[in-house]
Amino acid sequence: MNIVEKILARAAGRDKVSPDDVIFANIDKVMIHDVSGPGVIKVFDKLKKQGINVDKLWDSSKVWVAEDHFVPSADKISAENIVKLQNFTKNYGIEKHFKYGMGQYGICHTLSHEEALVLPGEVYVGGDSHTNTTGALGAFACGLGHTDIAYVLLKGNIWFKVPETLYFKINGNLPDHVMAKDLILKIIGDIGTDGGSYRTMQFGGSGIDEMSVESRLTLCNMTTEAGAKNGIVEPDQKVVDYLTNRGATNIALVSGDADAEYAKIYEYEGSEVEPIIAKPFSPGNTIVVREAPNVDLDKSYIGSCTGAKYEDLEAVAKILKGRKVKIRTEILPAAISIYKRAMENGLLKIFLDAGATIGPPTCGACCGAHMGVLAKDEICISTTNRNFPGRMGHVESQTYLSSPLVAAASAVTGKITDPRDLN
Amino acid sequence: MEAFKKIKTIVTPLDQINVDTDQIVPKQFLKLIQKSGFGKYLFYDWRYDENENQKQDFVLNDKKYQNSKILVTGENFGCGSSREHAVWALQDYGFLVIIAPSFADIFYSNCFKNGILPIKLEEKMVEKLKHESGELEVDLENQLLKTKTEEIPFEISPYQKIILLEGLDEIAQTLQLEDKISEFEKHSKIPSVL
Repeated sequence: MNIVEKILARAAGRDKVSPDDVIFANIDKVMIHDVSGPGVIKVFDKLKKQGINVDKLWDSSKVWVAEDHFVPSADKISAENIVKLQNFTKNYGIEKHFKYGMGQYGICHTLSHEEALVLPGEVYVGGDSHTNTTGALGAFACGLGHTDIAYVLLKGNIWFKVPETLYFKINGNLPDHVMAKDLILKIIGDIGTDGGSYRTMQFGGSGIDEMSVESRLTLCNMTTEAGAKNGIVEPDQKVVDYLTNRGATNIALVSGDADAEYAKIYEYEGSEVEPIIAKPFSPGNTIVVREAPNVDLDKSYIGSCTGAKYEDLEAVAKILKGRKVKIRTEILPAAISIYKRAMENGLLKIFLDAGATIGPPTCGACCGAHMGVLAKDEICISTTNRNFPGRMGHVESQTYLSSPLVAAASAVTGKITDPRDLN
Repeated sequence: MEAFKKIKTIVTPLDQINVDTDQIVPKQFLKLIQKSGFGKYLFYDWRYDENENQKQDFVLNDKKYQNSKILVTGENFGCGSSREHAVWALQDYGFLVIIAPSFADIFYSNCFKNGILPIKLEEKMVEKLKHESGELEVDLENQLLKTKTEEIPFEISPYQKIILLEGLDEIAQTLQLEDKISEFEKHSKIPSVL
């Protein structure tokens, strides 16, 4: 069995599972946030009307809650949703509720690794499609709709069809100036935005062994944009160290068997990957940066679960140090813990000296919700994960997806810029 | 949920691939959490201009299709976010059937929780239905689509078929039968499957 089959077999209490088997899996962790949470509350209300007991969750210690999409509250309705969420966690005794303005909080997927909330080998579901991110820690992590999440909260299990696995073997390191974001954009460009539909995308090979945990998180994050059920990397000592540093204990590693089977194997030479962007209006609409259209950018956005981890901010700082931005540049660390490290290590000063604005952790403008949305005809280069029409604001705005290095280099020139070409 | 009955309406052709949930329900409406009333936000940015006037060139604004319950569209429908609001909006607007060559996984699963039948058909057949844009009968019981000239079979899992035909609320159903399910599983030698 490969790693996903092993994790799902364990969760289903079976010796072996194979692709297409339908299993009931016991869930180890569940996440809801300020969009899916109120949706789940609605489902609970409906169940209550049908005479079903929703007084208790199956295990409130396995549930955690993030406030991230519309915080700091964008308007009256989002403020009320936060109140609803707070009442919900209070009523059900959920202790892990990361409230904004009260210490650590941030984007749900970022908290999953920053707070070591999910461990290797676990089955983790969240009410958000980018739950795939956390597969980089060696967990089976996937997003579910509100109704399914409501079920998991009450019962602690859910059915899955065991996915087939596509294996992406990366040989050798990525070159300087090339980031995991470039690699995953290249892969999505190659296989298409439904190339991973209901399949696992697993990443391995020497290029992945050498890659940092945060880079692996970027890869798994955007498996969602290829339609994948989940993304995963076999956990190693790097993951153990990463999670241990964040307070985790009892970490057990899990890996596929030597004779593990994969539906298809794709090979990439790390050294051949170049800085790449996705043009509007699809993450699969890729082109290498040196062939990018010569457009005048209005803004560079560095934020989100995809592109505002500590490592991402470090990359941005490398470019912005001693330089000035030419276009509006917004930098929003993805969690308070990252924000604080960026402050302690002088990154925030570099950003401010360069002329950028620093915002609080939020999904914010990544999903066009608030805090930096785009006007009609504005063109943005962004470290986020989606560039559908209207995704970041006006339906006639445009977003180019890029790595943090490309977004920073482009902030300096006002044009889409390969960091290798920066003077 | 209402039981899914045989339906016969004109089909609404939406000639787009990769229709993502941001298009189905734009982000500004995600804050709203009532399940009803989302129909007015369906394809909002495609349906209305900045002054909230209907855009005449968008198919949903063509009076011809106003009673349609069947949407025929391109591959990878419902990709993007897991927001169940997308399905709420389609259902509230009046669509009961969505036909496409492929669907995004979470969206497909969300449909059955809200009484919508998603049908996967070969691309050639989808193109034909879109092009003809005529009346179509959807017979879930016999898994057949009937146009004036032909009958097209379609696949659906037996479990999901029952859920729709009997109008079962999937999770309410499972929760209400909880005792029986665990009793069955205790004595069953076959692995727990649905």
